[in-house]
Amino acid sequence: MSDMLTLRGVHTHIGRYHILHGVDFTVPEGQTTMLLGRNGAGKTTTLRTIMGLSPPSAGEIDFAGASIGGWATPDIAMRGVGYVPETMAVFSDLTVKENLVLAARSGPFDPTRLEWIFGFFPPLKKFWLSRAGSLSGGQKQMLSIARAIVEPRRLLLIDEPTKGLAPAIVMALIECLAEIKRSGATILLVEQNFRVAEAIGDTVAVMDNGAIVHRGAMAALSGDGALQERLLGLSLEAHQ
Amino acid sequence: MTDATAGGEALPKPPLDIVPLLLPVILALAMIPLIGSASTWVTLTVASLAMGMMIFIMASGLTLVFGLMDVLNFGHGAFIAVGAYVATLILLPMAAWVQADSLWQNLAAVTPAVLLAMAVTGALGLVFERVLIRPVYGQHLKQILITMGGLIVAEQGLYALWGPQIIPLPLPAALRGSFIFGDIAIAKYRLLAMLVGLTVFVVTMLVLNRTRLGLLIRAGVENREMVEALGYRIRRLFLGVFMAGSALAGLGGVMWSLYREQVHASIGNELMILVFIVVIIGGLGSVTGCFIGAVLVAMVANYGGFLLPKLALISDILLMVAILMWRPRGLYAVTNR
Repeated sequence: MSDMLTLRGVHTHIGRYHILHGVDFTVPEGQTTMLLGRNGAGKTTTLRTIMGLSPPSAGEIDFAGASIGGWATPDIAMRGVGYVPETMAVFSDLTVKENLVLAARSGPFDPTRLEWIFGFFPPLKKFWLSRAGSLSGGQKQMLSIARAIVEPRRLLLIDEPTKGLAPAIVMALIECLAEIKRSGATILLVEQNFRVAEAIGDTVAVMDNGAIVHRGAMAALSGDGALQERLLGLSLEAHQ
Repeated sequence: MTDATAGGEALPKPPLDIVPLLLPVILALAMIPLIGSASTWVTLTVASLAMGMMIFIMASGLTLVFGLMDVLNFGHGAFIAVGAYVATLILLPMAAWVQADSLWQNLAAVTPAVLLAMAVTGALGLVFERVLIRPVYGQHLKQILITMGGLIVAEQGLYALWGPQIIPLPLPAALRGSFIFGDIAIAKYRLLAMLVGLTVFVVTMLVLNRTRLGLLIRAGVENREMVEALGYRIRRLFLGVFMAGSALAGLGGVMWSLYREQVHASIGNELMILVFIVVIIGGLGSVTGCFIGAVLVAMVANYGGFLLPKLALISDILLMVAILMWRPRGLYAVTNR
């Protein structure tokens, strides 16, 4: 299986702060790679760097055969990268429909795909013409993910989708992410909830202080409590 | 996919925030007993609406530029002044047509003058954005300094090209005079200004609410980073909005000069204070807020000038302070900035 995304020695500065210190990891095609680490480890900045929102100051980023380090964000998106930010960033003044219209760059919606999305996220169908700003937090997260998958993307970058959501909604999101994964999508997922990570992840990269400190199979990390304790610095219970 | 196939009932819509919309109406009605004379009240109200529409035309582009790209363009007044001067290139040589009794001859002179002014200021907007603003994205202090510098250079350029004297710019003959209803006189040109301002407002709202371009602009005002992450080049969108806003400022400059019947190089500098007050009162990025803000500013200026002439100079500042104390992000806040 080839690698869809490869980061080699990526450094990122935000202002005068040096956030990423030579990040190296790969995301295999068709798999879900979990990016774990404590708060402030650099996970969000890594996704933003891949997306071109916080351009790298050094290193290489290869995506689907192209070196995209330093590309403008729209070019990276057009290459087939979908992004779900931590803040969800739905356009609250626009309706659910209008949010998805903007995300469907190539034209009218594919009805089959839209029904597939409604299958995961029934509230989006129900509130199709409502302003996104009036949705609940969980519904906004659904919309944010739907926006990233309304058209097929080669790679999905998803930043902490379960953060702050009720357990029932988290379970629905896990189901959704598992279904997206089964559809063959390649996903790089930042997640604090270890249970979510082990339910979805195929491979894992753990970050600390702006660098990768562990790479391997998710199953291996999942089965090794001592390694979890060492890498994540907290007991498993704290991540549940 | 249609709305019908999507189905489902919509969430209850948040209540329409109509209080700002009612403010001009309340203000106008409250002035009736204070002014006393009905004809004076009508004259002042129509003058306010006409002035408000002209200020709205000048300010509408600036509010979108603020909202979309967080750019503080203190040079916007340059487009107002350049628009006014460019119009004289056609209106002065065609003075005979402008002063002819035929409406068609008037229009044959004024229409190309307006179109040329808008084309030149739109093109100037392109140069202004590329040369002055692009290098200072995200740097507010530098934006203020360089755009103010641009305004000064433009103003001095106009002095150099046209000289320091005030250029008389008479109203076209067909637009002179008033419609008389009993003892109420309504100036024709003020009605035209209201009509043009309303047209600009309606067209802008239709574009913003009924087109994909409008969706992109509204989304970009709210979160430009996410618009880029969806694959849209927001810099190009911004450039388009900037040029359109510059062209509208040019149109506003022509209309204001005809209203005052004179052109001078500092016209942009003078109007910028009013334009900024309108943009701030309305809420950065909000065209509706800008529209309401422009009417309010003009009403306060006209009613205030009539009732309390000594307060006229600071009436708009007082209005801004009052509005911001009530709604710190403006009447219709769009952005979080």
